[in-house]
Amino acid sequence: MLRELTYAEAIREALRNALIKNPKVFLIGEDIGAYGGAFKITNGFLEEFGSERIRDTPISEAAIVGAAIGAALMGLKPIAEIMYMDFIPICLEQLANQAAKIRFMSGGKLKVPIIVRTQYSLGRAHGAQHSQFIPAWFLQVPGLKVALPSTPYDAKGLFNQALKEENPVLYIECSLLYRVKGPVPEEDYIIPFGKADVKKEGDDVTIVAISRMVHEALAAAKILEEKGLSIEVIDPRTIQPLDIETIVNSVKKTGRVIIAEDDHKTGGVGAEITASIIENAFDYLDAPITRVASPDIPIPFSPQLELEYMPNKDKIIQAVNSLLKG
Amino acid sequence: MIKEITISPKDYLKLGLTRDKLVWMLKKMMEIRFFEEKVEELYLMKGLITGPAHLYFGEEAVAVGVVSALEEGDLIISNHRGHGHALAKGIPMKEVMAELFGKATGTCKGLGGSMHVAISPERGSLFASAIVGSGVPIAVGVALAFKYEKSDRVIAVFFGDGAVNTGAFHEAVNMAAIWNLPVILVCENNMYAIGMKAEKAVALKSLAERALGYGIPGIIVDGNDPIAVWLATKEAIEKARKGEGPTLLECKTYRLKGHGIYDQAKYRPKEEVEAWLKKDPIINFKKNLIELNVLSESDVKTFEEEIKRELDEAVNFAQKSPILSFEELKNYVYA
Repeated sequence: MLRELTYAEAIREALRNALIKNPKVFLIGEDIGAYGGAFKITNGFLEEFGSERIRDTPISEAAIVGAAIGAALMGLKPIAEIMYMDFIPICLEQLANQAAKIRFMSGGKLKVPIIVRTQYSLGRAHGAQHSQFIPAWFLQVPGLKVALPSTPYDAKGLFNQALKEENPVLYIECSLLYRVKGPVPEEDYIIPFGKADVKKEGDDVTIVAISRMVHEALAAAKILEEKGLSIEVIDPRTIQPLDIETIVNSVKKTGRVIIAEDDHKTGGVGAEITASIIENAFDYLDAPITRVASPDIPIPFSPQLELEYMPNKDKIIQAVNSLLKG
Repeated sequence: MIKEITISPKDYLKLGLTRDKLVWMLKKMMEIRFFEEKVEELYLMKGLITGPAHLYFGEEAVAVGVVSALEEGDLIISNHRGHGHALAKGIPMKEVMAELFGKATGTCKGLGGSMHVAISPERGSLFASAIVGSGVPIAVGVALAFKYEKSDRVIAVFFGDGAVNTGAFHEAVNMAAIWNLPVILVCENNMYAIGMKAEKAVALKSLAERALGYGIPGIIVDGNDPIAVWLATKEAIEKARKGEGPTLLECKTYRLKGHGIYDQAKYRPKEEVEAWLKKDPIINFKKNLIELNVLSESDVKTFEEEIKRELDEAVNFAQKSPILSFEELKNYVYA
């Protein structure tokens, strides 16, 4: 049955179902228990599942991920929460150097099926150390998978796939999306990794949009369509693996592409997608590939400056217009 | 909360250790020593092994003492200096040697190398991390799983004196302490973190005092005496099995060689090296066992021959083994 759930409710439902169905699943992280989670995703879980399964930790990001790895090596399915994506660098050694490489270094003897949930808070006036979105850091980490849900439907489906994975998964939420509503089936459906979603079909311009920017791209597409343009919006949903085929097929159809992302433009996910399009569809391009991203500046606190800083639908429209003029 | 465990050799037989176990301990220590001598020869003289091999020369009593206190079902996590841990845990010499050669028959199919030779979960040697201190949080996770599954298994994690100054160590020990997890924290204080002397890296009299900051017991033990290490580990294990949490063991020992095989270790004062050579764990343990009539000189000779024969076979096996094909590598990235 389809109901309308918020993005936060969809994640919560996926987590709760996992806890109910699989006794090997446990949650570990800062303030996920008594406090209910910094974003209230796990509110009430402590009462429902107890402190063994909803494990509140000290402020120890490296040990949270390390403990998850150790438990996973013993056959459990740990779901670690790193409160803000900006804190991932604190546990990057455990995530990138241990979790992602253990299978390889052990010659396939070991596997690390952990899920690390985190979120980015761009647009909430949290300042430079609590708003950052750094997905591209993980494009150079073979062994890790990275999911970036943009809708409540995707949030639940991708999470269910993460639960099935035998590899470490970084599951990146966007806190500005927590209240976004959308249809979510009651059953535990799965969205496979490495399968981009065409969020809207169109013929004139392709917009590849990541996480929050999917919504900005759809809003831009709506306005542009009133002027007679047909826009295709593609959400890769996972960047590792990245479904370059769906993107390339779209570019072959439209000949024009804009990549919209919240991360910094330099070396961002868009840079990788750009390179892949050039490698695979250079001859089909009718215009330069354009990226709409955050500038290479730490995120300003001042809410007005942050708004100016953020990529949005207006910047996408501007980019489309200059693409068509050129 | 910090105590010292010492034992006089004349009391070895009063501890409930069987003669077989004592003999096993000596043989294992000899096996590790001969193995490392062979590695040194293959590396330095024959050029058959390359890469960073960190020898366990002089520290044999720690691995053997700890492992002999563990029971079936208990696990270890090793580090970059893991040849000794691997052999103590019963990984055959030929598998360890093949890994040093980068061969497909090695413990990690040649993808781990010297710093990951001790990966053999089927033999209770779960994992080896080559990033100093980083195996400790993973061991805490294993212990968490033991507790979660309500088993009475324990895990021993080996790390050097350098590791006690890393963030991962502190976070992990704190976590193990607040949750009373069954982790045996085995600090092999071999006195040097590469070239940095332990006493210059820590403003404490002993590394075991680190335990005080976490409300857990710390034990200082002679890391050159396998029986003292066994005793200390046994005490830590008993506590851990009862759900009373981790213990930090500081095994005071000495790295008789450089940090890596390529390191001449000229930063070590001559007198210091000479003093420690007199405390050679194998020479002393052998002498003690002979004096206790546990075995004879000729038994030791027989062991030597056996080990050396097996070692030659291991080298032969490693040399003749194939390497993985490059195409196979991608199969090991994702499960």
